[in-house]
Amino acid sequence: MAAGKVLQSDLPLPMLDLSKNYFELFGLPAEYQVEIPALRDRYRELQGAVHPDRYATGSDEEKRKALQAAAYVNEGFDTLKNPLLRAQYLLSLHSINMELREETTKDAAFLMQQLEMREELEALRHTGEGLDSVGEFMDRVSGMIKALVSRISVDFETPSKENLDDARETVRKMQFLNKLYAEAQAVEAQLEEEFG
Amino acid sequence: MALLQIAEPGEAQAPHEHRLAAGIDLGTTNSLVASVRSGTSQTLPDNDGHHLLPSVISYSEEGILVGRQAQKRATTDPLNTISSIKRLMGRGIADVMSLGEQLPWQFADSEASVPRIKTRAGDVSPVEVSAEILKCLNKRAEDSLGGELSGVVITVPAYFDDAQRQATKDAAKLAGLHVYRLLNEPTAAAIAYGLDEGVDGVHAIFDLGGGTFDISVLRLTRGVFEVMATGGDSALGGDDFDHVIAGWIMQQAGISNDADPMIQRRLMHAARHAKEALTEADSTTVVMQLADDSNWQGELDVETLNTLIDPLIRKTITACRRTLRDAEIDIEEIEDVVMVGGSTRVPRVREKVGDFFKREPLVSIDPDSVVAIGAAQQANQLAGNNPDGEMLLLDVNPLSLGLETMGGLVEKVIPRNTTIPVARAQEFTTFKDGQTAMAIHVVQGEREMVDDCRSLARFELRDIPPMVAGAARIRVTFNVDADGLLSVEAMEETSGTKASVDIKPSYGLSDNEIADMLTSSIAHAEEDRDLRRLREQQVDAYRVIEALQAALAVDGDQLLSADERAGIDAHLNSVIESAKQDDVGAIENAIKQLESGCEFYVERRMNAGIREAMAGHTVSEFESSEDDSK
Repeated sequence: MAAGKVLQSDLPLPMLDLSKNYFELFGLPAEYQVEIPALRDRYRELQGAVHPDRYATGSDEEKRKALQAAAYVNEGFDTLKNPLLRAQYLLSLHSINMELREETTKDAAFLMQQLEMREELEALRHTGEGLDSVGEFMDRVSGMIKALVSRISVDFETPSKENLDDARETVRKMQFLNKLYAEAQAVEAQLEEEFG
Repeated sequence: MALLQIAEPGEAQAPHEHRLAAGIDLGTTNSLVASVRSGTSQTLPDNDGHHLLPSVISYSEEGILVGRQAQKRATTDPLNTISSIKRLMGRGIADVMSLGEQLPWQFADSEASVPRIKTRAGDVSPVEVSAEILKCLNKRAEDSLGGELSGVVITVPAYFDDAQRQATKDAAKLAGLHVYRLLNEPTAAAIAYGLDEGVDGVHAIFDLGGGTFDISVLRLTRGVFEVMATGGDSALGGDDFDHVIAGWIMQQAGISNDADPMIQRRLMHAARHAKEALTEADSTTVVMQLADDSNWQGELDVETLNTLIDPLIRKTITACRRTLRDAEIDIEEIEDVVMVGGSTRVPRVREKVGDFFKREPLVSIDPDSVVAIGAAQQANQLAGNNPDGEMLLLDVNPLSLGLETMGGLVEKVIPRNTTIPVARAQEFTTFKDGQTAMAIHVVQGEREMVDDCRSLARFELRDIPPMVAGAARIRVTFNVDADGLLSVEAMEETSGTKASVDIKPSYGLSDNEIADMLTSSIAHAEEDRDLRRLREQQVDAYRVIEALQAALAVDGDQLLSADERAGIDAHLNSVIESAKQDDVGAIENAIKQLESGCEFYVERRMNAGIREAMAGHTVSEFESSEDDSK
């Protein structure tokens, strides 16, 4: 633990109170740019304090609370480290709550591209040589997701209404790509079973 | 940093008293028990000096035999001698049949979903067979450590699904063990290895045992083991190597597929022998005694062996590739690859793994005992014997958890490789006007269709208020605890209708079945059961009293007002008084009252713990951060 050069009262108090937001929990400013190694360090410290393994000989009550707290810390970590979830979460802090099922992009060119990529994935499903190609396909999707992440970063630097709307639209697209990635994973699993 | 420091009952004056704890590697082929003694974790031998206990049980005329004695009867009494039972843990009858026709036992026809093997001691389930192995190891540990174990850590393959984990826990319960934690085998190996070497960085653990295969990628940072991704196959191991070699012998020697159990046992024996011989030699002579007592003899060379097992090794490499991708790690970032499990002795496995990871795999630790040694270290820490220990394990769920939706599709709720414990909710709605019930089907697996995944449980949510289609909001929450075990809760949000289930059905034993087994196994015990319950309850009470007094001594004054303190003291006194009497219910009740009366205090202590963990940091440290490395 670092030296105590800061007074305790100056510190953010991370509570197990589920109404506290994840940025507060991890002692981070509510911004899109997150330094992952720092996030990771905070995460380890928090888990070090609340993980159920710290209460293995404790009462049922302590175990239950530890379980809850550890799950909450994990959820916060997963949200802040994942670019899509973080964007969505940050938008919700700007009072833009996305009902993901109802959100859909109207960008025709993007949708057309998605359609083509889906067909491509379907084709890969039916060939034994598809396994490596599915890997390459997934790498391509990851690349596209990364490009969207950069765009969102820029939007959140100046969170004007216009930029937040753009971030929202980008999140919608990212949602498509994430789903496509998950489907590619499923195809991969199927191919592994059949040809692996 | 235990919240409440707890002393052994009856040793109130010594809160740091050493608790006896052990790590158990319950393996397909062999099992081990280890414990930390004088600061070192070591496996415990039996009276004859053997550390490995063959995971074999024989139901003989004279009683139940375990280990070497049982193994000797494998060829003479195959129907009553059971090996590799781990492969059947948490499996349904249909799964067992699909494992292959090589299983030499007879299965009882039963209504239950759990397979039961016919033996002269009656029909036994895999859980009961495993419990015999655990009892034997428990006895060994108690004999060598000189006392009753307060808890154990049992290892399971990382790739075990929920039913397989639950079955393992049931077996421990049946054997009378208190399980601190189920620990994933590769993580256990990493502890043994990491604490030995003290190297931070990303490591891959390649664990190929007798019947299971795991690959884990984890990051070690100052005592924190963070599993980034895990993959594998819970039905792939050295046994499969033996099977393909046995197949080759059958083909060469002209043995038919319907050979009797004794011949099958001999085949497996010859196959295993050949495999082991070929770890050293380039070629070996296989001798097989046939049904007519004549001998068949043939040569098996390494090239042929490699051709036979390459398809199996390829499966492990595919899993490695996938796991690296899940971990978002490039091969170059991996510090080293640790080989665990007896089957990594096969030279071809080492060669292929080395090729894939582009480096020589580490084989410096005995692959048989490393898992038990790591488990013992974790058990020692969980028992509270190492209060300053910084070690922390953050593991993941190996397989995605999801729900069946329209058209037999799976909607994933918790994707694979999510760090546990985790709680996650998903909302669903009704699809018909006035629909008042909804069936919920929980599955585990990566495939898109329900039929291709493993069914964990089905339950029904009733009394949904009639509404138009799509108006109801049904929130289904999945909770996975630190053992990787799942429970599910469902609620209709507009009305508050609730349904909750613990997942242990499709292939598990019902609570009643376990209770029956427990009762029958303790029926011969001499203790009066009521007296035993009273003793247990009193022990519980003393434990609570100790713990609370210790906690109050540390921070009671800082965290509690005088009124609050008085309230807690009143509860405490009523527990102390009740524990002196012999009314089980009263003690239980007093403890409950105390626990609910202390809830706010426990919470404050936990928050204080977090604050302490965060001490020395400010927000401003992070305000200047520019880059987003993700």
